[in-house]
Amino acid sequence: MRLAVLGAGAVGTSVVELAGDYGHEVVAVADSSSAVVDSSGIDPETVIARKADGGSVGSEDPEAALAADYDVLVEATPTTLGDAEPGFSHVTRALDRDRHVVLANKGPVAERYGDVQAAARDSDGSVLFEATVGGAIPALSTIDDVGADHVTAVRGVLNGTANFILTRMAAEGLGYEHVLAEAQDLGVAEADPTFDVEGTDAALKCVILANVLYDREYTLADAEVSGIADLPGSALDLATEDGRTVRLIGEVADGEVRVGPRLVPESGTLAVTGTRNIVQLDTEHAGRLNISGRGAGGPETASAVLADVGRLARR
Amino acid sequence: MSDAVRAYTVRLELVDEPGELLRALEPIAENGGNLLSIFHERGNLTPRGQIPVEVDIEATPDRFDAIVEALRRAGVNVVQAGAEQYSEEVTVVVTGHIVDTDLSGTLSSIQECGQASVADVSLSAPEGTEGVSSARLRLVTESGGASAALSAIRRVADEKDLRVITPLAGGEA
Repeated sequence: MRLAVLGAGAVGTSVVELAGDYGHEVVAVADSSSAVVDSSGIDPETVIARKADGGSVGSEDPEAALAADYDVLVEATPTTLGDAEPGFSHVTRALDRDRHVVLANKGPVAERYGDVQAAARDSDGSVLFEATVGGAIPALSTIDDVGADHVTAVRGVLNGTANFILTRMAAEGLGYEHVLAEAQDLGVAEADPTFDVEGTDAALKCVILANVLYDREYTLADAEVSGIADLPGSALDLATEDGRTVRLIGEVADGEVRVGPRLVPESGTLAVTGTRNIVQLDTEHAGRLNISGRGAGGPETASAVLADVGRLARR
Repeated sequence: MSDAVRAYTVRLELVDEPGELLRALEPIAENGGNLLSIFHERGNLTPRGQIPVEVDIEATPDRFDAIVEALRRAGVNVVQAGAEQYSEEVTVVVTGHIVDTDLSGTLSSIQECGQASVADVSLSAPEGTEGVSSARLRLVTESGGASAALSAIRRVADEKDLRVITPLAGGEA
């Protein structure tokens, strides 16, 4: 497949780097201010080096990447809330041209799922978004295989930053602020960790799961969300004394979406440690399925993007 | 109220001293309880450093009440007593300004809602009583009453701007 990659952050550049390994060709790459287009295939190393060096991927306008002759548009620009722009327009412009779209950007499928599905119905192109939920974890394709109608509940740990903080707080008896600073030093938490610690990121993933599972459209506003910011260390100490621990759990069940700190057995399946994520599916006939793995990271998330590209190629 | 014999589970916490177990069992026999089993978790200490013991007994409801009363009179720490088939336990952790928003008032409000009784409270206030602290509450409810009890505790917590960390139901099996 010929790919146009929008977004040159950790995920976008990893897709550019790994596409060849998966038998695909990158014909365009754009970041927010520039683009490089080459119908005979761009050279990944040159583009990545240029991005690392000067901050731009090429000398053309980003618009040129959207207009390029590609089979699949990979949308890996930063997630935005509300109207989900500019990601949403990128999606519709590709579908208008009957091209496929693979999303790593959560915005369009979390905030405007109905609009995205309507645009896809009118197009010969399809939209896949495995990378938006749980990074490398094949959550959506597993639901697709099991059948959304046969999945009765989904729950899990869907934010590695929050999980790292809770794990360290429990293991070391340290306070929230202390562990957050440590996570920022290690690059596990961003300078502004709001999105992760307030539960927004996990909630977006749960909203996407709800959109896949249920008939009606969900957005972030439909989720009940509480985060882990300012959770006192004493709460984790008391949980640990009782053989339990606290995890930021996202839950999609009975038509409702809920994200918040919950008590789970300390040695239980859902008490994954560090930045690890887990998705747990309750199914009608297959019992309970647990899939854990890396929920973030450039190459990990790019592998989910390229798995979607592979699915489109086999259609 | 029927006077038929029913099975009950009594959960005790004993001080780790010789003779304590025997002292705890005597009031059961003396008040007409039929001892079915004793689960003595020797080596497993509660957060307060006591040994948890679970005793299954058969008795009529009247005699059972007398047994619990006799146990408490004898100074035995009864943390839970009830007909096994009618009880459900749920543990929550509450955080926030627990102590300076009147902890005992919070506990009373939970009891008064009628959905649950507070069986055990552990408090951790490393910042002192005026800072942010946490409490772990073990609630005993009637079978199937856990979700109503959790709603009640959330309501009380909302009024006092406390956070409740509830257990994940169905998450582990």
